[in-house]
Amino acid sequence: MSTFPLNPLLRVEHLTMRFGGLVAINDLSFQAGRNDITALIGPNGAGKTTVFNCITGFYKPTEGMITLSHDDGGDFMLERMDDFRIARTAKVARTFQNIRLFSGMTVLENLMVAQHNTLMKASGFTLGGIFNAPGYKAAHRDAVDKARHWLETISLIDRADDPAGELPYGDQRRLEIARAMCTNPRLLCLDEPAAGLNPRESDLLNRLLLSIKNDHKIAILLIEHDMSVVMGISDHIVVLDYGQKIAQGTPDEVRNNHAVIRAYLGVEESEEDTVAEVEAIVEEAVHQPIEREQGAAPLGNEDLPVMTTGAVRSTARTAAKTATPARKPAARKTKPVAKKSARPVARKAARKTAKKGGRT
Amino acid sequence: MEYFLQQLINGITLGSIYGLIAIGYTMVYGIIGMINFAHGDVFMVGGFVSVIALIMFGITGGGGVFITLLALILVVLIAMIIAAAFNWTIERLAYRPLRGSFRLAPLISAIGMSIVLQEFVRVAQGGRPKPLQPIVTGGMEIMKRTSENGEFVVRLSNMQIIIVITTLILMAIFTAIITRTSLGRAQRACEQDMKMASLLGIDVDKTISITFIIGAALAAVAGLMFFLYYGVTDFYVGFLAGIKAFTAAVLGGIGSLPGAMLGGIIIGLIETFWSAYFTVEYKDVAAFAMLAAVLIFMPQGILGRPEVEKV
Amino acid sequence: MAGPAKDTKITQEQVALTPAEMAKDLLVTFLLALAILGPLVGLRTTSGSGTLILEYRPLWAFGMVAAVVAVRLLSLLYGMGKMAAQGRAAPQTAALATAKAKTAIDWGKFLAPTLLVLAVALPFIAMLFPQMERRIVDLGILVLTYVMLGWGLNVVVGLAGLLDLGYVAFYAVGAYSYGLLATRYFPAWFGEGILPWAFFVTLPIAGILAALWGMILGFPVLRLRGDYLAIVTLAFGEIIRIVLINWMDFTGGPNGVSGIPRPSFFGLPFDDSPGGFAATFGLSPKPIQRIVFLYYVILVLALITNYVTMKLRKLPIGRAWEALREDEIACRSLGINTTNTKLTAFAIGAMFAGFAGSFFATRQGFISPESFNFLESATILAIVVLGGLGSQIGVVAAAVVIVGFFEVFREMNFLKAILPEGFDPVQLRMLAVGLAMVLIMRWKPRGLVTSRDPTVYLKEKKAVSADLVGEGHG
Repeated sequence: MSTFPLNPLLRVEHLTMRFGGLVAINDLSFQAGRNDITALIGPNGAGKTTVFNCITGFYKPTEGMITLSHDDGGDFMLERMDDFRIARTAKVARTFQNIRLFSGMTVLENLMVAQHNTLMKASGFTLGGIFNAPGYKAAHRDAVDKARHWLETISLIDRADDPAGELPYGDQRRLEIARAMCTNPRLLCLDEPAAGLNPRESDLLNRLLLSIKNDHKIAILLIEHDMSVVMGISDHIVVLDYGQKIAQGTPDEVRNNHAVIRAYLGVEESEEDTVAEVEAIVEEAVHQPIEREQGAAPLGNEDLPVMTTGAVRSTARTAAKTATPARKPAARKTKPVAKKSARPVARKAARKTAKKGGRT
Repeated sequence: MEYFLQQLINGITLGSIYGLIAIGYTMVYGIIGMINFAHGDVFMVGGFVSVIALIMFGITGGGGVFITLLALILVVLIAMIIAAAFNWTIERLAYRPLRGSFRLAPLISAIGMSIVLQEFVRVAQGGRPKPLQPIVTGGMEIMKRTSENGEFVVRLSNMQIIIVITTLILMAIFTAIITRTSLGRAQRACEQDMKMASLLGIDVDKTISITFIIGAALAAVAGLMFFLYYGVTDFYVGFLAGIKAFTAAVLGGIGSLPGAMLGGIIIGLIETFWSAYFTVEYKDVAAFAMLAAVLIFMPQGILGRPEVEKV
Repeated sequence: MAGPAKDTKITQEQVALTPAEMAKDLLVTFLLALAILGPLVGLRTTSGSGTLILEYRPLWAFGMVAAVVAVRLLSLLYGMGKMAAQGRAAPQTAALATAKAKTAIDWGKFLAPTLLVLAVALPFIAMLFPQMERRIVDLGILVLTYVMLGWGLNVVVGLAGLLDLGYVAFYAVGAYSYGLLATRYFPAWFGEGILPWAFFVTLPIAGILAALWGMILGFPVLRLRGDYLAIVTLAFGEIIRIVLINWMDFTGGPNGVSGIPRPSFFGLPFDDSPGGFAATFGLSPKPIQRIVFLYYVILVLALITNYVTMKLRKLPIGRAWEALREDEIACRSLGINTTNTKLTAFAIGAMFAGFAGSFFATRQGFISPESFNFLESATILAIVVLGGLGSQIGVVAAAVVIVGFFEVFREMNFLKAILPEGFDPVQLRMLAVGLAMVLIMRWKPRGLVTSRDPTVYLKEKKAVSADLVGEGHG
């Protein structure tokens, strides 16, 4: 296990979040370094997005502390703050799993809205703005310049005046990151930024994230399933399963961690020795040669099945989600109690299907 | 004590009527997620049709209990059929073409329909209230107290008995329909996910139409009973009764049949007790304030499912 | 709540009908029309000899049923003819819609100044028709009042995406503020001398009071969204109306407030007194002078409303409103205080309604709770939605259409010939407005103007198609 970052930017301590009977996060503690990219990974439903929602104030944690300390020594107890105050004063920005752009507004307008608080102050809380105060005009120009800078960075400058809803998916993802950056954050939380991107786009994303990290000296907290992104750019990885931390460390450490492999494959303790066997089955099921030929992931043989089963499982879950509407949390609620016992069974079943699928 | 008991009886009676109307709101909201603004007016139409039928058949309540009851059943069937025709047509003309379009469109369309129904009845039947002498009379004295102020009698009228019993029977029938039959299953499936339901071979259009028909039929029963209870109706009763019934639906938990009934009775009690102990003039304010309070503080209602904000 | 899946667009019957199917369709239409029209039209309840009796009107009922069936037949035939002619219409893509929207902007750029010139010149145009002068200017005032209310509500519904069905409450607050201050308090506080100025003094007060009420009523409903917000605002509107009816000591109850001072020309009263408007400017005193003055007052008020709204849209607060309509959660993630943003929208919308209410009171000289019922709210909302959410020019068009509908029925004297004895076609007015609301929503669910004008641009201003614009959730 790696050591904790010294003088971390974000400290999450004993975080617990319950929804009724469901324990989404259970006594989770981790830290994010001041200028690090920290990745939060884990199977679907592990509680990663819930952690984000607690950090950014959209959920109030049931227990635990979340502390953010700025370079100048200011400490913020995020679990006690309103969501918008976290963004405004603690300087935490975020993106969303299902992109939340203002799709009826133009790309430029999206970036202007992100600078709302600065502009609001400059417009004298609207009164100065109404009478065209010179201070506001200057602030407005600066805001447009900043937006232009970010549009150049994500190479969307030519589409500045188009509605955000008309952009292709990959561009929307990058625009959402740019919009978050326009709030001048200290901590940038990205929820699956590479979801749905093709390899070229996710490579672009890698570079964007690295440049943000290096040029702006901010910390990034990342939820991601795309291992090429996670392993390629993270400094530190925290692995969650069922709301609990099961491992953390550098990409290399996590990659070789048995608990992680177990979590992704879903093997019971007693079955530990069958890991190899399972790997074989899964590799067969998903036609591993294709995966290996692509060679996109800088991973050893050991890790491939980790990724692929993850993918298989996530598709299965997505399918399940579409079948039972995700609108009501009731669907999720049934999980917690039955979860621990039912899960290996479900995994075995999934394995069987995978097996079948592979053989026929 | 006696006074309280009397108000309790009155409140439950009124609440039963609200509950029956509320079922129409709750089912429609549950299935297509819109407030059928015109539902209160369908209730009003049911009442008007009942009045017309009562006069046409010359029912005065003088011909013996059995005959009167039979005649009332005939009248209520006519009212149910006609109210159902109204609601079916409304759905077909004003809501179905707008399903899946801009969210405000069906709401505006529904408000428009509500205005159309009120104005149609006002123009066709005149704007004056329509009073009729009581048809179901009599009742029983439950309690009697004589004091120096005179005597106070707690009465349970036959009409009140009819209202509560009819409501109970209808509740039982419709709960059975929703929980036991394939129609109910289709309805619940559409409530969960309309698209998936249609992929699984459920005729969504038909299910929605039937929902509107059932809601209207119940509202028509409520319309007749409301008229018999108060002895007067006009083209505007649907607006207020509709809003109160909607409050009942939300209070009970939207989408829940027993919830609608429970909510109806609570609203009926609040209104009655407010009128009895505070001011009659502000009884509607009490109902509206209740509506606002319920929506703000417990939007999931008493028997509804809580909702967590999706981020 | 369990909303319908947005993209479940049920395809309409696009298949050609066989004669048998058509006959069946017509039979169903006939039966439905009979059920709907038969009892309520054919059997009219009237009071006679102490009880209700029925008046039979079979001709009316069957005539109307026949008309409905005929219309259905024609529409079926027309539908089939149209289908044969053009086949399936190609679905419109968002990009195409945006291209279309672009031309809409150019069109609007030309239209707005023309309308403005027309509005300013209207009283002079009216002079050309001496016997109709008063009616034309009155109509102009009515249209402008609705335009102003529509613009005010547009801030709340169109920009911030908050569905408000109780908007008329703020109109009432403005009207009663002026009515009560001018008739009861000002004479007591400042003496009679203030009365010619009462309107101009009260106008800002009425606006502030209405804005305050906007915030008071807005605060509890901040967490609500969609239909629930609509129904609670409706409830608040009704509560205010019921209080106005029942609080006899303060509001005068159902009798309302009468004797509200008419406005003066900045201190010069419109009468034949030596210090009056006409005498000062060497004109012969005519009642039309006051009407024309009122017309310009409401025109200026409406233009101020428009100017402020357009200005606010380009300021951070206005952009935050629109962002709120698009996605509230994203707004919060960007550090926008959505509570304050919503409250400002409520307050500013309410303020404009307060101004309009004051104007209404001074124009009528009499106000009562009946002027502020739910139908009024519904009418204003219909104007905003029909105009196209957020579109200022659309509101003007919609106000003209709706008020036009009101007025057309005054003119329909020919209807009297076919209607029963003593039946006034004005009776059909609200029925027609209700029908219009339904039909217009079927025809154009997103309103007349379906494009959004960006508030800031780098190179080129391109309108955003309404298909992309959010509809608000609250």
